[in-house]
Amino acid sequence: MPVITYRDALNQALREEMQRDDRVFIMGEEVGVYQGAYKVSKGMLQEFGEMRVVDTPITELGFAGVGVGAAMVGLRPIIEFMTWNFALLALDQVVNSAAKMLYMSGGQFSIPIVFRGPNGAALQLSAQHSQAWESWLAHIPGLKVVAPGTPYDAKGLLKSAVRDENPVIVLEGEMLYNTKGDVPAEEYLIPIGKAALKREGDHCSIITHGKMILVALQAADQLAKEGIRVEVLDLLSLRPMDVEAIVATVRKTNRAVVLEEGWEVAGIGAQVVDYIQRECFDDLDAPVVRVHQTDVPMPYAKNLERAAKPDVPKTIAAVKRVMYLEQ
Amino acid sequence: MPKKKSDSSVTIAAPPEPGSARLTEQSAAPSRTALLREMLLIRRFEERCAEAYALGKIGGFCHLYIGQEAVGVGAISALRDDDYVIASYRDHGQALARGVPPRAIMAELFGRSDGCSKGKGGSMHVFDRNVNFLGGHGIVGGHIPLATGVGFAIKYRGGDQVCLCFFGEAAVNGGAFHEALNMAALWKLPVIYLIENNRYGMGTALERASAINDIAERACSYDMPNEVVDGQEVFAVREAVMRAAQRARNDHTPTLIEVRTYRFMGHSMSDAVSGTYRTKEELEEHMKRDPITLLRGEMERHGEWSDQDMSALDEEIKGIVEDAWNYADASPEPALESLTEDVYVNSEL
Repeated sequence: MPVITYRDALNQALREEMQRDDRVFIMGEEVGVYQGAYKVSKGMLQEFGEMRVVDTPITELGFAGVGVGAAMVGLRPIIEFMTWNFALLALDQVVNSAAKMLYMSGGQFSIPIVFRGPNGAALQLSAQHSQAWESWLAHIPGLKVVAPGTPYDAKGLLKSAVRDENPVIVLEGEMLYNTKGDVPAEEYLIPIGKAALKREGDHCSIITHGKMILVALQAADQLAKEGIRVEVLDLLSLRPMDVEAIVATVRKTNRAVVLEEGWEVAGIGAQVVDYIQRECFDDLDAPVVRVHQTDVPMPYAKNLERAAKPDVPKTIAAVKRVMYLEQ
Repeated sequence: MPKKKSDSSVTIAAPPEPGSARLTEQSAAPSRTALLREMLLIRRFEERCAEAYALGKIGGFCHLYIGQEAVGVGAISALRDDDYVIASYRDHGQALARGVPPRAIMAELFGRSDGCSKGKGGSMHVFDRNVNFLGGHGIVGGHIPLATGVGFAIKYRGGDQVCLCFFGEAAVNGGAFHEALNMAALWKLPVIYLIENNRYGMGTALERASAINDIAERACSYDMPNEVVDGQEVFAVREAVMRAAQRARNDHTPTLIEVRTYRFMGHSMSDAVSGTYRTKEELEEHMKRDPITLLRGEMERHGEWSDQDMSALDEEIKGIVEDAWNYADASPEPALESLTEDVYVNSEL
């Protein structure tokens, strides 16, 4: 099976979907002439031309709205945000226009649009450029939210997102673009709303998504050396969330750590824990522990940033805590 | 009275060639009677809305169009059926002018299942796909980028439709307006941005909110053709929009039109008509230029109209609105099962 980068997997997904359906176009800052701020759209301007690979001014609110308007009358836009930090300026269009149009029009106007771009922290970009927005976005009925952590998942989920009749948020990761993985040469789709078991185990479950899947798998590898068999569930989709898969893994291991990149308060993990307490109350052998960013804006200094981020040692400590191996 | 426009920097495009095919197609000239009829329908419809609101049949926010009828009617009369219209939350008038059935609008306002948006949108969210009416939008200025997107889609498909976007003068101070107009001018998109300058953004006068008072001039930032029009004169509005539509169809050039009008009612049903931010005298002065009275006067001068004609038309219109009310009142509330419908389209991959 070919091994390609997360970036190339996204590029393949975009190109395949634009070849398949001429209503699909990509719009955003630097997607064309510059070949993408992170080179995800490399070669696309040359392949599809400037009507379908559209460089915009730096105007997130504006071009997000342009995408929604175009979707109202039959096009299928892919809106690239250079990062989700900048997409905050566009939230009115994502929430008030894209997510609600179908409902408030009584089902008349669907918005088949993809909003995508890197989410969460990279390295030393400090407070305004290092934020994970999934709990904000997943809060909104009318949106679907996916967060692939591997090249395989990125390609399959992005293709599904483009074909979906609803607005879909695709949360990528700046630190993921260069990561590599197996991606089949033949076409495939990954259904939105289904989690994937990334590692089997019977001592404890780590439930996570996006970039943190890499952290979870590393933690599981290290714990295996100590004889602790960790199961890793990759949510992949945060809305809709695969509650059945969460319940299944917790019923199997009776212990859970919920790992996410964002902050604690009202985070995605809080929702996962709520599903667990509702559905698995009698299955639990220990309280669920959450791992997340420290409750501060992201600092710049290397040591402080490292201290703020969820990582492998924090995840291992959490697993040991729910297994009563460590205070 | 609308403010006198003094600045020569505002571009006024030449009227279209009288013989052009497009013009003939668009103009299929509506008679004064036809436009009067539409304006009167809006007036009577809105009067009954006020009554229904007082009775508790309409809830939430309800923004009436009384005083501004010539704007929606004149502008939309310049469009083709395959063009698009998008509006702000003060949307009943434009919806009626575009041909959304009065029954469906009233049922929507009553929150009933036969409403055009199945009772889920209400006053601020009138939508009708059948007549390319792309809504009623509730965030000031939020729909202006959507209009740019519709223009983008028209150009993408190589069509010659236009998108007409209505919004109030207060929306021009927000970022969405500037972002949307910049892209439309940059990409040459067939969009007509129509400012309904009714002098007040809720209770804040234009002069207290905008650094310039001739707000059509804001188009100069984007090198966009623009025009100032008397919004109480229905044919003046119509002709300005026809010029803009021709520019959009022929050259994919967007236009900003500032239509100077006045709302005779409060900002919404919960707002006093006058007293705090505007005086009764000011209101009365503006009401002397009621768009319906002006058109009627013109028709009388042309010997086209009599008091008898007016009362016959008025009776007919009142009948239509009464029918809409009765239809809405008889329409069932939305089924509780519909609460969770239309959040998502079921997508089969």
